[in-house]
Amino acid sequence: MKIVIHMIATLTIIGVIAGGILSEVNDWASPLIEANQKAETEKAIFLVNPEGKSYEAVANADFEIYKVFDENKNLSGYSLAYEGNGFQGKIRMMIGLKSDLNEITSIEILEQVETPGLGTKVTENPFKDQFKGLQTTPQVNWVKGKSPEQPNEIQTITGATISSKSIVAIINSGLEKARKLQKEGKL
Amino acid sequence: MSKQKSMWYEFYKGIWEINPTFKQILGTCPTLAVTVSVMNGIAMALATTFVLVFSSLFISMVRKLIPNQVRIAAYIVIIAAFVTVADLVMKAKFPELSKALGPFVPLIVVNCIILGRAEAFASKNSPLRSFLDALGNGAGFLLALVVMGGIREIIGSRTFLGYQVMPNGFEPWLIMILPAGAFLTFGLLMGFSNAYLERKKRIEQQQKILQYRKSENELKEAEA
Repeated sequence: MKIVIHMIATLTIIGVIAGGILSEVNDWASPLIEANQKAETEKAIFLVNPEGKSYEAVANADFEIYKVFDENKNLSGYSLAYEGNGFQGKIRMMIGLKSDLNEITSIEILEQVETPGLGTKVTENPFKDQFKGLQTTPQVNWVKGKSPEQPNEIQTITGATISSKSIVAIINSGLEKARKLQKEGKL
Repeated sequence: MSKQKSMWYEFYKGIWEINPTFKQILGTCPTLAVTVSVMNGIAMALATTFVLVFSSLFISMVRKLIPNQVRIAAYIVIIAAFVTVADLVMKAKFPELSKALGPFVPLIVVNCIILGRAEAFASKNSPLRSFLDALGNGAGFLLALVVMGGIREIIGSRTFLGYQVMPNGFEPWLIMILPAGAFLTFGLLMGFSNAYLERKKRIEQQQKILQYRKSENELKEAEA
């Protein structure tokens, strides 16, 4: 009986001390972590909408979309964070759109776990630059093995077709959601 | 057993003699997963060493208070507390690194190096010895991760710590930064280190045989 009490007492004391230390550390760390995450989102929002000076999250949206304003407080475009499946896992990206949603300003990949050296080329400039000024009506399309002819087409990366197609698919489903919001007059 | 061994030995043994990665073959999961670059390896090893040192020290201090039946549970709670501290500090101060290491920081809780050292060493030795032992094992782990990360980063992406070291004409071997490259590097390194030790042992044996034969001959001559 004595040993049982000893066991319970020891584990309880260790648990209480550990819990106390952790709550102290968490109190110190959580505001810093939050600030880091906020800074990261903010950076990405302005990266895809370079003219932007301030932003505001769109209320009533079931995904992350931000209104971006230029220095005169006029609406200059939208930044939407959207995610979907890539080749191996989730790809999360930020898409910059003009205010009429018909042209992409720029895109930025926030998180990905694509194949190093092949799929990860979607995060590099030669691929991303294709999206600058890309028309989005009726949707974004991809071509394989030849140069794009239409203003809404991009060329996939050799050896990373699935990753490239995934990016296009994510953009299209994000656009669809944004257009739905626009129709409902919530943007 | 610990009486005759010097303090220096407690530290030193972890680097080579019982190197956690190549000799004890513990903690191979993070070793294989994070050594895509040297920086990731260093960060992982430092986080592990932090947890290892403090949990070993703490466990060694309270080793006589913990009843034998619940010792593993108590060790895990202590280790988990330190891991969570390390994880939160990394997320708050080094968000980039924390992102690169991903789920492997929280997984330090179940890293066998830490529980292994707690069970095999810290629960039987004084705090000072446990501290040195943990520091040595951490250094050994760091060494292993830096060597593996270095080889994989140089061949796989032409860089070392982010600086380009291989000429542009060198085509990076993609396989080295894929999981297969981790297994190749790990296997080859372990093979080389074992081959070196085998050779050393054989040479020592042969020298002993030679010495023995010599003394045998001398005896025979003396008899004659």
